[in-house]
Amino acid sequence: MRQRSLIAITAALAAGALTLTACGSRDEDGGGSSDSGNGGTTVVIGVDAPLTGDLSALGLGIKNSVDLAAKTANKEKFVEGVTFKIEALDDQGQASVGQQNATKLVANKDVLGVVGPLNSSVGESMQKVFDTAKLVEVSPANTNPALTQGVNWQKEKVRPYKSYFRTATTDAIQGPFAAQYVYNDAKKKKVFVIDDKKTYGAGLAATFTEEFKKLGGKIVGTEHINPESKDFSAVATKVKNSGADVVYYGGEYPQAGPLSKQIKDAGAKIPLVGGDGIYSADFIKLAGAAGTGDLATSVGAPVEELPSAKEFVANYKDAGYKEAFEAYGGYSYDSAWAIIEAVKKVVDDNGGKLPDDARAKVVDAMQNVSFDGVTGKVSFDEFGDATNKQLTVYSVKDGNWATVKSGTFTG
Amino acid sequence: MNELPQQLVNGLLLGSMYGLVAIGYTMVYGIVQLINFAHGEIFMVGAFGALTVHLYLLPDGTSIWVALPLMLLGAVIVSVLVAIGAERFAYRPLRGAPRLAPLITAIGLSLALQQAVWAFYPEAKSKLPFPQIEGGPFTIGGATLQTGDIFLLIAAPISMAFLAYFVMRTRTGRGMQATAQDPDTAKLMGVNTDRIIVIAFALGAVFAAVGGVASGLKYGQIDFKMGFILGLKAFTAAVLGGIGNIYGAMIGGVVLGVVETLATAYIADIPGLDKFGSQSWAEVWAFILLILVLLFRPQGLLGERVADRA
Repeated sequence: MRQRSLIAITAALAAGALTLTACGSRDEDGGGSSDSGNGGTTVVIGVDAPLTGDLSALGLGIKNSVDLAAKTANKEKFVEGVTFKIEALDDQGQASVGQQNATKLVANKDVLGVVGPLNSSVGESMQKVFDTAKLVEVSPANTNPALTQGVNWQKEKVRPYKSYFRTATTDAIQGPFAAQYVYNDAKKKKVFVIDDKKTYGAGLAATFTEEFKKLGGKIVGTEHINPESKDFSAVATKVKNSGADVVYYGGEYPQAGPLSKQIKDAGAKIPLVGGDGIYSADFIKLAGAAGTGDLATSVGAPVEELPSAKEFVANYKDAGYKEAFEAYGGYSYDSAWAIIEAVKKVVDDNGGKLPDDARAKVVDAMQNVSFDGVTGKVSFDEFGDATNKQLTVYSVKDGNWATVKSGTFTG
Repeated sequence: MNELPQQLVNGLLLGSMYGLVAIGYTMVYGIVQLINFAHGEIFMVGAFGALTVHLYLLPDGTSIWVALPLMLLGAVIVSVLVAIGAERFAYRPLRGAPRLAPLITAIGLSLALQQAVWAFYPEAKSKLPFPQIEGGPFTIGGATLQTGDIFLLIAAPISMAFLAYFVMRTRTGRGMQATAQDPDTAKLMGVNTDRIIVIAFALGAVFAAVGGVASGLKYGQIDFKMGFILGLKAFTAAVLGGIGNIYGAMIGGVVLGVVETLATAYIADIPGLDKFGSQSWAEVWAFILLILVLLFRPQGLLGERVADRA
């Protein structure tokens, strides 16, 4: 009941705020058309991410990185006559809120592209809304394969929505990549698999399990936790008594941190392995000393080590954002930049002006975008997935994530 | 290895936490028939009060043994102030109004408190680490206990004993019983019912504060949402034990905690039920138990006074 009223109030506030911005942008539109050619066009890049709640550390990193991309484009006058603005909406990590946000972004005519969301489950709820409006959506963080390759992706790949792209690598690669590392490199043969039943977590756990079994490993137990809970002691006791030598967790850091701590507290001194959802400084904070030795796979090469990323890291610092860019900062920047590149292409093709059907043209242009971004080469395959299939294994060492192994998954 | 002792201990600990918070629900309900949905947030601000003392009032590196009593004190002060403020400004003006009005106020207050902490407490937008007691773990009879668990195991029974003494033996406590039985007559007999109501809120807040500190010590982290689910569970525990009955709150809490834990641990082993055994189903089993109890014993496990209220 309280959750509902929370949503209602947030929605009311957001709607109010949106009405105001919509008024504002309509004025700007009017100004733009009267002296078009002078180029006073404003293009809004929508952002949808959890800006409050458990996952806000990741969400705020996404928002800030997109903001940085917009500011950089404005400063460099990257697209002549176009000023980029961002409009960030909070989805609280909930699919229903995300869908409302999608509707709002579609309603704002100045929005030509959206970066987000963080959660695959939220992405699922937004795709259709954007696709109907021919509005391009680039997710920096969705990793569920079904989003780009259809629900039957294991048998037959069919792209469900033409307007959906992502810069993140899918779980179809990430789960097996983790399985190979755990089995071949870490030499752990008995795994206890836990997930949080969300689209992302369950998907990741499933692809991991499949590959781990194929390699010859043994699944000594499975468990599904409730992400609202924080007492995992019963699960931890089960893990300990299962005799597992490693735990794989499909889910996100707000639960993974306490879970890791409670498993070690229960007496099972075995590493917890997770995906990019636990690759956050907050995981280390939450797990405390118990987190040392835990592993995470994350998409792409380590952002801090790529030469192309150095500039991003420095600019982010200079811009003075309060929150860190976290796991998806580089991908968010690249997602926003992909939209900016697509807008540039559309504007250039139309003689320096935005065409009337700009949204549809941006979707088409996005398919052929290709540039060197923060995370490496950014371009999309026929499903809208990133062509960059680099993954990295990180391990918690001295209170930080340290790179263990970076590689490309080959199947 | 037999995991039953460990799972029972896990359940007992979880249940003690529910119980500490449930007392606040049950006391306030017993006296003013208000389901104080903001009580979960009283628990949350208590934990934040303790953290504030540790982070901002004590010098870095203070031993936890020195810090803990002060943190507990800080937690109690913050919780009690918020609870008394809530009573004075949110509930008292609505006394005598239809019952839905204060209930909705409570829900609003709960949201307001959550969001206030989220907005104004430094870095409360993500989870905050809570100081830990060094040492442990201890193994007692096949069950492993952490230092944070020991605090809870000591604090919960002491709090209960104190409450029982207070309600049964002191003058104010008897005033509370009288007000619970019949507020109008109690007033005629010279009981200052306004004061009694404030004391009920304050006492509930003290237990919530102890629960908040225990939660921080046990899980090593606190966040602005920590009171929401726990508040619902504690309310469930209060209903299970018989709302209005302070012993019922504790019993209800322990039963709820143990059922959730055992459901996680063992349901999956029953042939045919393996799909329903994971932790994500534990609450379903706990609520099935609640429904059964309410079907066969509507007043709750220990309740006796609800019938004449309804």
